[in-house]
Amino acid sequence: MPGIRNFTLVIRGERRERDPSMTATSSAIGGRLNRDSDDLLVVEDLKTHFEVPAGMVKAVDGVSFSLGRGRTLGVVGESGSGKTVLSRTLMNLNLGSNVHSSGSAIFEGRQLVGVKPKQLRDLWGLDIAMVFQDPMTSLNPVVKVGRQVTEHIRKHLGVSKAEARETAIQLLRSVRIPEAESRFEAYPHELSGGMRQRVSIAIALACGPKLLLADEPTTALDVTVQHQILNLLAQQRRERNMAMVLVTHDLGVVAGRTDEIAVMYAGRIVEKASTKVLFSDVRHPYTEALLRSIPKTSNRNHTRLAAIAGRPPDLINPPSGCKFSPRCPYAQPKCFEEEPPEVNAFEDHLFSCHYPVGTEENKAAWDRNLAAGRPETVAVATGSVSEVDIRAKGEEILADLTTSEGAD
Amino acid sequence: MAGTGKAHLRDEGDTIMRVEDLVVEFPVGRNAKVHAVSGISIDLAQGETLGLVGESGCGKSTTAKAMIQLPPPTAGTVKFNGTDLTKLSGEALRQTRTDLQIIFQDPISSLNPRRKVGEVVAEPLNVWGPHDEAEQIAKVDAMLEAVGIDPAVARPKHAHEFSGGQCQRISIARALVLEPQVIICDEPVSALDVSVQAQILNLLEDLKAKYELTLVFIAHDLAVVKNISDRVAVMYLGKMCEVSEANDLYERPAHPYTRLLVDSSPQPDPFVEIDDMTEVNSELPSPITPPSGCRFRTRCDLATELCERVEPQMRKVADDHYVACHFPLLPVIEEAPFAEADGATDRSSDS
Repeated sequence: MPGIRNFTLVIRGERRERDPSMTATSSAIGGRLNRDSDDLLVVEDLKTHFEVPAGMVKAVDGVSFSLGRGRTLGVVGESGSGKTVLSRTLMNLNLGSNVHSSGSAIFEGRQLVGVKPKQLRDLWGLDIAMVFQDPMTSLNPVVKVGRQVTEHIRKHLGVSKAEARETAIQLLRSVRIPEAESRFEAYPHELSGGMRQRVSIAIALACGPKLLLADEPTTALDVTVQHQILNLLAQQRRERNMAMVLVTHDLGVVAGRTDEIAVMYAGRIVEKASTKVLFSDVRHPYTEALLRSIPKTSNRNHTRLAAIAGRPPDLINPPSGCKFSPRCPYAQPKCFEEEPPEVNAFEDHLFSCHYPVGTEENKAAWDRNLAAGRPETVAVATGSVSEVDIRAKGEEILADLTTSEGAD
Repeated sequence: MAGTGKAHLRDEGDTIMRVEDLVVEFPVGRNAKVHAVSGISIDLAQGETLGLVGESGCGKSTTAKAMIQLPPPTAGTVKFNGTDLTKLSGEALRQTRTDLQIIFQDPISSLNPRRKVGEVVAEPLNVWGPHDEAEQIAKVDAMLEAVGIDPAVARPKHAHEFSGGQCQRISIARALVLEPQVIICDEPVSALDVSVQAQILNLLEDLKAKYELTLVFIAHDLAVVKNISDRVAVMYLGKMCEVSEANDLYERPAHPYTRLLVDSSPQPDPFVEIDDMTEVNSELPSPITPPSGCRFRTRCDLATELCERVEPQMRKVADDHYVACHFPLLPVIEEAPFAEADGATDRSSDS
């Protein structure tokens, strides 16, 4: 795709000339890349584990996906599902001797995993940029916002101070910051939350990255501001043909704004499909449960929500078999023992489940569980979950299931 | 001033709490005040859930806290079962507060980390009795059981051993143990995951029915508020914009601000087209020097010179649906009464 890169600033071209190292590295890694030249980022079996006194926290445990140029991927999951660690791993921001990352993430032919942060410095901000959840902590409180925006324009593009200032003000305008000139001299605390997030977006966009990682960019903001920031990201993404990974816990945020959605649970992608397919043809019980548990303004008030029983799993000692099985209303003995393989149902609709939603087997599993009074199933059926019942009945039924399994 | 009036207040006999002309101001620096709440009137019927929505800084938490005198409002009255709480002080207020409880946003920091869950939930009983240990334990256990926590396991543990959702359940148990009439829920689910959020919302609905509670529910998520509320009040910069029965508010918002909120609220439906080119002005004016007339006018497409000059009054647009706007999106069916003194129109209880 020619012409993608000449979108914004003129400076962009200069950078290309000054940076022959990129092509050199690409050929060095060679073989693995560009199976599909359209893919900007190819992630394979990515794992990030954290060593803690209690054991190994498997925060990201074998994630694979690819992302085309200019495409948007939504990564959805509960807290603790590994979505943030995934984006931080791609940026190589998990530092410390207790971090163990393996697998591969290839961005335009360059390996992002297992290399020293120093080796990636020329990518950060220039080709891959990130927007964090909390703009107050991601901006430096003692540096004026102008300098924070110009900082990496100057570093990466080697322009003069005056030129950088000019570009930065243009950028602040393009993210709809009123009175950009005067805001250039402001400190982060002088701006509202929405403004601060716009500044961090301006910083991320400054060098025209090819990939933007947005980790819960609107979670701390009001709905009106959220709407605006998401609109801004969408506009900028279109103008620049930038690919984006939008990490969020809110299915409402990703619904209208992504091409594809990956649902994460316990460090894995349990279902991935194009956005419309995912919402209309859910296959994984966890995705279904997530969709059912969100209140919708289109429902009448006092509509009973289908809560998900229990809690996200312990990532040090995850449940055996399917990791969602202890909370799954359809779980069968097989689910507790055998990890479901990843199935590619239709074109690019991937999921891992023994009893996928919408199948006969799934319906039969539900009926069996309901008849047996399995608490997770009852909870979904009635909408009420009591941890007392779950604890008492859960263990009892789990024992039942395993004994009946042994008898078979 | 923007958005006053009492047309939406119901007959006093039908309500358990009635707030009139509530003003809360906080001094900041020299001769400056934050006008957090500027003349709000609202009432609560027995057994209903009132939702309060608005952007951060609109004064929704301040209003709810002023209802239970935390801190007492700068001006205005808060009548609870016929008694004006703002006139009470010391012991009398302390006695009344047993009927008014609050649940906070952050479930973990609202529980004392040094004390065992059993003690945390029993604390209100230490103050108000019964003081007998066996009776206390029985009550604490009943409450923990009611919120879905296993009392035998939980009582000797500390708050940090529980997840956010479980801590919120424990906070709810603590609020319930004195058998209050009104519970203020200040963003109780904002810090929780969607799956846990659904559990807590369902739990609140169950407990409300079981203990005949009246709830004031604050949240910034419009869908959450609609789900749990019977009646919803929309606030903007210390003023009331619209008060309505929950379903009608979302189907037919009458205030431009409500419509902005409803339109901005993300829909979990990929088939809803998002117009990402329209510019929304999302900057809130300073609450220290709020705009004259209608406070929303600086962000409103429909604003005219009238909005700058005159503050709109609450007017009726449908049964149990009132709006404070000069140019409401629904036709007004009943003009606001001119006399401020007895502004209340008689309204039978809502659906």
